[in-house]
Amino acid sequence: MSHGSIGRNLFTAGPRRRGSLAAGGIGEYRDPGLELYRFHLRLWAAAAIVLAAFAVLLGRFAYLQVVQHGYYSTKAEDNRISVVPVPPNRGLILDRNGVVLARNDSAYTLEVDPRRVGDLDALIDEIATVVEIQPRDRKRFRKLLDETKGADSLPIKTRLGDEEVARFAAQAFRFPAVEIKARLYRHYPFGAVGSHVLGYIGRITERDLERLEADGVAANYKGTDFIGKTGVEQSYERELHGVTGSARVEIDANGRGVRTLSSVPPVAGNALQLTLDIRLQQVAERAFGDYRGALVAIEPATGGVLAFVSKPGYDPNLFVEGIDPQSWDALNSDPDRPLNNRALTGAYPPGSTFKPFMALMALELGKRTPDFTISDPGFFSLPGQTHRYRDWKVGGHGAVNLHKSIVISCDTYYYGLANDTDIDRLHAFLSQFSFGARTGIDVKGEHTGLLPSRKWKMQRFKQRWFAGDSISVGIGQGYNLATPLQLAHATNVLANNGVVYRPHLVREVVDARSGERRAIEPEPIATLKLNPRWISLVKTAMVDVTRPGGTAARAGAGAGYTFAGKTGTAQVIAIKQTEKYDEKKIDERHRDHALFIAFAPAEAPRIALAVLVENGGHGSATAAPIARIVLDYYLLGKLPDRPPALDPTAEDEG
Amino acid sequence: MIARLWQRFTANVDGPLFGVVALVVTLGLFTLYSAVNENPARLTAQLTNIAVALAAMWLVAQVPPQTLMRLAVPAYLVGLALLVAVALYGDVVNGARRWLHVGVTRFQPSEMMKIAVPLMLAWYFHKNEATLRVRDYAIAAVLLVLPTALIARQPDLGTAVLVLAAGFYVIFLAGLSWRILAGLAVAGLASMPLAWSFLHDYQRQRILTLLDPSSDPLGAGYHTIQSTIAVGSGGLAGKGWLNGTQTHLEFIPERHTDFIFAVFSEEFGLAGNAVLLALYVALIGRGLVIAARAPTLFARLTAGAISLIFFTYAFVNMGMVSGMLPVVGVPLPFVSYGGTALVTLFLGIGILMGISRHRKLVQT
Repeated sequence: MSHGSIGRNLFTAGPRRRGSLAAGGIGEYRDPGLELYRFHLRLWAAAAIVLAAFAVLLGRFAYLQVVQHGYYSTKAEDNRISVVPVPPNRGLILDRNGVVLARNDSAYTLEVDPRRVGDLDALIDEIATVVEIQPRDRKRFRKLLDETKGADSLPIKTRLGDEEVARFAAQAFRFPAVEIKARLYRHYPFGAVGSHVLGYIGRITERDLERLEADGVAANYKGTDFIGKTGVEQSYERELHGVTGSARVEIDANGRGVRTLSSVPPVAGNALQLTLDIRLQQVAERAFGDYRGALVAIEPATGGVLAFVSKPGYDPNLFVEGIDPQSWDALNSDPDRPLNNRALTGAYPPGSTFKPFMALMALELGKRTPDFTISDPGFFSLPGQTHRYRDWKVGGHGAVNLHKSIVISCDTYYYGLANDTDIDRLHAFLSQFSFGARTGIDVKGEHTGLLPSRKWKMQRFKQRWFAGDSISVGIGQGYNLATPLQLAHATNVLANNGVVYRPHLVREVVDARSGERRAIEPEPIATLKLNPRWISLVKTAMVDVTRPGGTAARAGAGAGYTFAGKTGTAQVIAIKQTEKYDEKKIDERHRDHALFIAFAPAEAPRIALAVLVENGGHGSATAAPIARIVLDYYLLGKLPDRPPALDPTAEDEG
Repeated sequence: MIARLWQRFTANVDGPLFGVVALVVTLGLFTLYSAVNENPARLTAQLTNIAVALAAMWLVAQVPPQTLMRLAVPAYLVGLALLVAVALYGDVVNGARRWLHVGVTRFQPSEMMKIAVPLMLAWYFHKNEATLRVRDYAIAAVLLVLPTALIARQPDLGTAVLVLAAGFYVIFLAGLSWRILAGLAVAGLASMPLAWSFLHDYQRQRILTLLDPSSDPLGAGYHTIQSTIAVGSGGLAGKGWLNGTQTHLEFIPERHTDFIFAVFSEEFGLAGNAVLLALYVALIGRGLVIAARAPTLFARLTAGAISLIFFTYAFVNMGMVSGMLPVVGVPLPFVSYGGTALVTLFLGIGILMGISRHRKLVQT
């Protein structure tokens, strides 16, 4: 290009400059040459401005593209590349025989990004014109929205059928904030069976997130929506969850993935093999019929829990997708309290099931000899007092030694024994069986139960221990409280001749990558110093409990193995001195709880258990038959011919 | 025979000007192809636009300046009337009343004012060439402010800026005294707070976001942030044609229209930018040469103003894309997709060519 002509004109016009007036070209005469000169001057000025302006632009470009190039390149890369978490598959849960108890099913869900929606209700109404949205779906969605603030994807409808997927896909353009996603869902194929053992997973709430952050593992949960809430799912969360992988994905401005650049695959969660036998569990749960209660069965050789029943149960599958408020209210307001884990958190007076342990204590502490015999008048009174601690049998049992005291469950014998034993020594001895202390089982929320002591009473009531406080402790009443788990554990320690295993639900953790198996609690944690003679004495008495003349003779009739047991009854309401307890007159919910502890075969125990039947009346009537069914199945593979008829009003025992 | 016909056909086409424009248009087509993600339909549509614009250019190039001068007043008056009509009956699109229904189609009268206003002012100065007084500049200012105000009210800040600049160039080239210019500049700076109060909220927002784009990264600042990233990440040599990530992953909004320079800059880098700037300098320079050689005051002023309009387009657009100027609707001349802008720009080229070719005829 050339500015030659302008330049030439400028020079030719130059000399005439001085004749002009300064401003605006106001003049009396007109000089075309001067006019042209002025115009050319203006053109030069304009050209200078143009060049200056473009120079500024060029400077700006150089600044952005050379000086700041690194910064903007990073920005462009940040735009382009998104690191997307790839959540791991949750580990499976298997029973001791490899039966799958919790697995991951793939299902289509319809998910909404609530941050991109102004009027959620209007959106859901519109979605409802394409796929059916039930009121419970709406309620559940609302609940999820409240619980998980800032979530970017929440399901409005889960488990879509193929037809629904197709129908929505055709209309998807109308719903930019709604997506069909293929998700893995936790599924518990046995439903309510074993629900209190497995627990369930649910959506990660704000509180869960805070805890994960506090534990420093929140990063590993990016992309994960679910976390174990109760049971084994909760306590083994770290094993089950796995390691989140990541993918570097090129995304466009709308956040859609264009292609994957590289990825670190996730590591699936470890599988859990439980000690539980799901078939035994099923048999045990069925044995309860309509009764509420709990049963814990432990394998003496390992401390592994074979069955862990809390009736009624609930369907854990309800919780996986976020439970709808209606079902939630129903579960919570159910008077049977299906969500309560009775075996773990239910503390009940152990009643007469406490007596074998009292007997063992008496022998170990030298408070009683095997031959020491009392004459039972049917009650016990403290010296100089008129109050009568009554035996369950009016008129008493006559001459009662230690063996007989267990077989016929004599209360008077234990009133006297408790009175003769310092409460703190009693506490120290029985603590070894985890009475009043957590067993340390591998699920959370265990109740400690209660084994009273002077210290405890001072702390709790600011009172010293009175002689009268000890009497009812002797028969497992009074301040005594134990969970079915504690009873089963104590029974197991007894069956094991004092070798203590920590009870556990998980046998092995199976590494997802290597297949390597890591055993849980394989070694005993303690061995109690107990005299084998005394143990054998107590065990023999317990075997006789299930034989003719014993309190569980009916339940023990015809057993194909030596069956050691002890019945028990826990009072729900206090009975006045003058009153006679009459089951038939008492409201069902105020009836006594029936208890039974057992192990078998007595000479080499393969299973030890405790049964509690809420409002079941006498232990011999409802609890012992359940134990018998469980033992028959576990030891002989025998299934009950018909649902057991449990009669709470059948007579006898205290 | 064919050679003679071709000669007749191209007689009024200014070779250097056409050559430079052709280069810019070619670069533009390559950039557009990348910006529309290699969608040939858009390219075809733009080629059609170019064909129409070239035809308009050729036709106008045949028109001698004196004929053009006769058209100046009617064009201005019609344009003004249409702007009033828009203000009264126009269609509202995206919150701005810019469009007028004419039969089956709609058009923006403001677009024609980019040419009609400088023609009108050039005509006015030409008529009063012998007796130019300060009063004449004042009248010219009124002639300029009237349509500008109507366009700014629509609101269409981009077009208003272009029309105002076009008129101002005429007044400037006509010789408005430097003292008054300096006074205007001071007055302009002083009245900025007042002008601020007349701006629409979205316009204020654009200016505020220019100062700090990160204040609204997903809203008004998004355009600027993303286009600046595109430019900066282009580096010295660019990411290569069709390889711009900001472009192809759709981070740049309006990437085939007003923000096409971000695409160009990302893929061709500082080197490409320098070439494009050089081409614009050549284009504007050639226009100024034509202005310098033009025979009449009308032709001189018109040619000079039109050349500087090209500058305004280029400067405002590039400044906006590189985050120096607020976001206004000004396309990158001869590059951005869109028929209307192309026709206007090529009309300007046609006028320059007409002035260039017809200079000897009148110069007698």
